[in-house]
Amino acid sequence: MAFGPFLLLALMEGLVTAAVLALAAAGLSLVFGVMRVVNVAHGEFYMLGAILAWVVASVVPGPPAVGFVAALVIAPVLVGALAAAADGLILKRLHYDPEATIVATIGLLYMIQQATLSLYGPNANPVPAPFEWRIQLPWFGYSGYKLFVVLAAGVVLLALWIFMRRTKAGLIMRATQVDRTTARSFGINVDLVYMGTFALGAGLAALAGVLIVPIQQAQYLMGGDPLLLSFIVVIIGGLGSLRGTLIAALVIGLSDGTISMFFTPTLAKIIATLLVAMVLVFRPQGLFGARA
Amino acid sequence: MAAVIESPLIETKGLTLHFGGLRAVDGVDFSLRPGEIHALIGPNGAGKTTFVSLLSGRRLPQSGSIRLAGEDITRLPAHARVRKGIAYTFQITSIFPRLSVFDNVALAVQSRGARGVTVKTRAALARVGLEGLEGQEAQTLSYGHQRLLELAMGLALAPRLLILDEPTQGLAASEIEGFKALVRSLVPQTTVLLIEHNMDLVMDLATRITVLNFGRILATGSPAEIRADKAVQEAYLGA
Amino acid sequence: MTGGGARIWALHAAVLVVVFAAQYWLSPYHATNLARIMVLAVFAMGYNLAFGYTGLLSLGHALLLAAGMYAASIPAQLWGWTAGPALIAGIAAGGLMAGAVGLLALRTAGVSFMIVTLMFAQAGFLTILYFAPVTGGDDGFALPAASRTILGFSLATDTPRFLAAFGLFASGLLASLALVRSSFGRTMVAMRENEERSRMLGYNPFTVKLAALVISGLYAGGAGAAWALLFGYAGASFASIQYSILPMLYVLLGGAGTVLGPFLGAVLMFYLIEFASDLTSAYLFIVGLALVILVLFAPKGILGTIRERWARWLP
Repeated sequence: MAFGPFLLLALMEGLVTAAVLALAAAGLSLVFGVMRVVNVAHGEFYMLGAILAWVVASVVPGPPAVGFVAALVIAPVLVGALAAAADGLILKRLHYDPEATIVATIGLLYMIQQATLSLYGPNANPVPAPFEWRIQLPWFGYSGYKLFVVLAAGVVLLALWIFMRRTKAGLIMRATQVDRTTARSFGINVDLVYMGTFALGAGLAALAGVLIVPIQQAQYLMGGDPLLLSFIVVIIGGLGSLRGTLIAALVIGLSDGTISMFFTPTLAKIIATLLVAMVLVFRPQGLFGARA
Repeated sequence: MAAVIESPLIETKGLTLHFGGLRAVDGVDFSLRPGEIHALIGPNGAGKTTFVSLLSGRRLPQSGSIRLAGEDITRLPAHARVRKGIAYTFQITSIFPRLSVFDNVALAVQSRGARGVTVKTRAALARVGLEGLEGQEAQTLSYGHQRLLELAMGLALAPRLLILDEPTQGLAASEIEGFKALVRSLVPQTTVLLIEHNMDLVMDLATRITVLNFGRILATGSPAEIRADKAVQEAYLGA
Repeated sequence: MTGGGARIWALHAAVLVVVFAAQYWLSPYHATNLARIMVLAVFAMGYNLAFGYTGLLSLGHALLLAAGMYAASIPAQLWGWTAGPALIAGIAAGGLMAGAVGLLALRTAGVSFMIVTLMFAQAGFLTILYFAPVTGGDDGFALPAASRTILGFSLATDTPRFLAAFGLFASGLLASLALVRSSFGRTMVAMRENEERSRMLGYNPFTVKLAALVISGLYAGGAGAAWALLFGYAGASFASIQYSILPMLYVLLGGAGTVLGPFLGAVLMFYLIEFASDLTSAYLFIVGLALVILVLFAPKGILGTIRERWARWLP
């Protein structure tokens, strides 16, 4: 293949990565922004979304599209409910202490991952795409589903933006983000806001998992990479900023797709991880401005 | 008004720190004579605590200079200034709550060297009257005792300059008498800079007084001179 | 922190005597387990000096363990170094790596420090995979038997292996006890308790924390080297996030900021994991559950709780 089409393909792949990443990272960023909680179990919510998509697809009869649409609704709701329970049972009791919640979400990561291993098993299972449609470009054919993923992620992120900016619930969340104590004195039920935020963040990760599963198979260890990449996106993008998250996801997704065409993925990951560490060390105001 | 002094212990020139539009410290020229008890007074928000933060290095100024016995320390970090002999006791008591009273003071003693820690620690505790409480966890002390512990930590550093930020806040009248005697016993080996709201105490204890207002020096002089100063009366004492 | 010296030394000496004597009444299987636990406990003691005493919650100690492991096993593999020099190389590598990480990571604090250390360790793990021809990557490599000798004894045999593990463990424990009872130990705790006050007592927090982290790295490096030399294997899995979590778990369980806590936590967690792995392949569930339970209900751990309730003299 010539260089031009090769690059185009890399960019298109990168766009898909960026779209899924933006969804997952938006959830992580939301949770850190509003609750000041670093959720290390975020990748497991993504994994659960993918696994639940497989479960729903195998249970629901009819064409793949029906099962897929059902999964798009059911998986995020179930994962959100699980997250809400984890918030009430664990995080709230820790009074959202930053360091204690990290330790607790590490524990949650192991529990979700290992419970999935014992219930679902170690195998990777494919889920059929809801539709089979290929775009034929002059140089290569391309999966129409992948373009749908980009579109769907765009729609969800737009909806999230409207929710945060234009609805009362979004306003309440932003108020809580600015000042928890003041929000409480204005009669806002902060506990409920936190629970809702944690559920919403987890739901976004699960949605990303559902969208990815026709491209990547569902497996219990698949949460690790998106966790790392979401961290990278959130740290580089700046916290609580949906726009920053989106831009960073595009940059990371596109460069990840493109760089891996030229470098080995391991080297690309090494560079990305070190880069993030350096951002935190030398430009902490972008992220954890005050001592978190 | 500011007297010319041969060799001040501390001297600031044009010291300035603004927070946005707020001129917390605004071009302050200030000097401390060795061995004096100098009180820093002024209405709330006059910039007293910010000014001593600049002296102790907890904050760095935007412009101006600070000299300690002739040496420029403007950019020196706080811990290095402590080692050069500037000790600061906190306005809001800042101790190690879960460590013993002994360990709190021993930390101050051993920062000057590892020799004779036990003896020096006990001496500092005895000086403020906390002997016998050394095994107790610091957070279980009464508020007054915590203030004394804070003071003992300052003393244990054997500083050339001891900065006391509202040391008598929350002390009982009887404790204040003991405090006065203690401070008097420190000079002239140690120079004391005192932020204080209790005017009777200031007039009684200080050899010189500086009045800050809106981040600037309004007046400097002996207690009698300050009492007679018209501008001070208008800005502060009369209010 | 001071006082009660005789009682404290007697307690720790007694623990060492019991552990030493255990080789005579334990089956070879459990004696080997105990040797593993002692090496893991050295790792955890180092973690405890950083986290328990100095308040540095690192999520990247696997990097220090792996630094020691590879610094010992690569020379053993390539140039036939024996256990003595290889161990020293491992200890030094752990300290150096901790110093390098600390110089950067200690510019941050709290949550940022946790994430920066996590990222550095992840980069280290990937680097080991990237240089698979040398490191063996995921599969790792077995150390040549010739290099697993010290003073003519083969560390592949039970008794010398137990004694070597015990020697490392005992020196680590006693050094850790001496350190936390020293004036530097008091300074470390001061950083944990109130950094700003410590600064205003003339301590440079950066230097103190860096020193504590380097000491912690010496322990981790020694443990990594010892693991490779005693059990004959080095692999990338020791650099994975799991080996950053385990020492934290041992320390939290046994009691952060207690000298014997890391060992107690290592013993209990080792057997708990082994018990669980007999039941299910998802045995790491127990790790997650233990973390959540500890952080929720017993943040001071076993010895921390005992110290608070009954034995305030416990170091």
